[in-house]
Amino acid sequence: MEKSRRRFLKVAGITALGVGAKPTWDVLASDSSHDASQPKVKKGDKALSAEQWAMVIDTRKFTSEEDLHPIIEACHKTHNVPDFLDEEHEDYKPANKRHEIKWIWPEEYKHAFPSLENHHVNDRVKALPFLVMCNHCENPACVKACPTKATFKRDDGIVLMDFHRCIGCRFCMAACPYGSRSFNFRDPRPYIKDRNPEFPTRMKGVVEKCNFCAERLAVGKMPACVEASNGAIAFGDLNDHESEVSKWLSENFTIRRKPGLGTGPALYYIV
Amino acid sequence: MPDQKQMYDKGKVVAGLVIFVVLITFPFWYNHLKAAPAPQLELTKKAQAAKNCVRSKDYMKAEHMQLLDVWRESVVRNGERVYVNEEGKEFNMSLTNTCLDCHSNKAEFCDRCHNYASVNPYCWDCHIDNPKEKK
Ligand code: HEC
Ligand code: HEC
Ligand code: HEC
Repeated sequence: MEKSRRRFLKVAGITALGVGAKPTWDVLASDSSHDASQPKVKKGDKALSAEQWAMVIDTRKFTSEEDLHPIIEACHKTHNVPDFLDEEHEDYKPANKRHEIKWIWPEEYKHAFPSLENHHVNDRVKALPFLVMCNHCENPACVKACPTKATFKRDDGIVLMDFHRCIGCRFCMAACPYGSRSFNFRDPRPYIKDRNPEFPTRMKGVVEKCNFCAERLAVGKMPACVEASNGAIAFGDLNDHESEVSKWLSENFTIRRKPGLGTGPALYYIV
Repeated sequence: MPDQKQMYDKGKVVAGLVIFVVLITFPFWYNHLKAAPAPQLELTKKAQAAKNCVRSKDYMKAEHMQLLDVWRESVVRNGERVYVNEEGKEFNMSLTNTCLDCHSNKAEFCDRCHNYASVNPYCWDCHIDNPKEKK
């Protein structure tokens, strides 16, 4: 009687051990076998890559703000940026100015380059419209300010936003010394005239900015503004000595916005 | 010892018990009676021609939200935009440009099931859900 109870307990114990170990074993076994038929993700075959993307804008090729309009429009159309200042819109109010969303816009010299401002700039530069946008800084202040890591710096130097993580706290806007970021105070959709179905819009409550056309680089295209600039903007890898930006930089004197702040803008201007 | 355990007010007690049981089980049989039939999903011509989804039907049914999460993480944060499934077929990882290219009848497909399951994805605040229409 007693012997058989001992036997029973032993067998039951070993069985329980075996049953309990099976799921663990399965997990370990499946983890170590990487078979080829697992789904994968990869970059597209035509994707462009760089160590640090950079842009050089040759402002000598612009004379008036008119010259910048096609470039701005190309960008804003590609990315479904709303135009709250469209006076033909049925709900247009002058106060819409406060809600403006800017990815790329014209700026006067004294505002774009306040730290280089001297009272006797020549007339040409004084009148020149400067095309400004996110500088995709080497040392971006916005990335440090973001509490959710919605803004981050990619390996190729692009300072990108993950709209899915943006909580709309606007710390990044306070941190950015260039005013490159805009907050969606309202639903942008009614103010997008010809929308591009391939790119998502944004919604009320998130911040947005220029993305250096990450979605176009991924399929082998140059940024929309570069394409629309008729050769006034060069784009390429700063660390590649053969690239167009490197050539322009070695042949011309260039300036960057607010260099004293140490953010290291990746946008250079030939004046 | 006959009739030692007599039940007083038998009628009232039993009636009370019946009412109690009916009330306490109300949610179950009420839901059972009005349970909506599972929705009929419609596949577009394009989807029918393709025969297969990105992954198997069972996987899609149960895991499409996880798949989409992997897609957006991969696209936005890692810059990897191409998905290769088990059969080696490649897809551009895009909600609007891929899922809704085959399932362009969002109302009769995604929405019908989501309404049934009472889920309301907020993705469409940004992602365009009627790409063919010129707003
Ligand atoms: C190439 C065309 C195609 C693409 C792209 C596609 N699907 Fe499908 N999808 C199908 C087809 C065909 C079926 C039906 C499969 C079957 O019946 O075996 C299906 C089935 C499904 C189902 C299961 C429906 C059911 O009956 O329960 C879901 C959910 C689904 N798709 C979601 C998606 C999502 C999400 C995406 C984007 C990640 C997507 N599909 C992309 C063609 C496609
Ligand atoms: C067979 C039914 C079914 C179909 C068809 C279906 N879904 Fe879903 N979907 C669900 C269910 C159920 C959930 C909720 C899962 C949960 O909460 O865990 C869900 C959740 C989601 C989520 C996550 C929502 C969130 O708030 O996290 C997304 C995104 C989504 N579906 C997209 C799609 C798209 C796009 C399609 C059409 C191409 C589609 N679904 C078709 C059943 C379906
Ligand atoms: C605040 C706006 C916003 C919301 C809300 C949003 N997205 Fe996105 N999503 C974007 C933007 C912008 C991109 C970047 C597109 C690109 O780079 O091509 C993107 C990219 C993606 C991508 C990869 C590229 C593509 O074209 O689809 C996926 C997949 C995706 N989101 C899924 C989702 C899902 C699923 C939801 C809902 C649970 C969602 N998103 C909600 C703005 C949004």
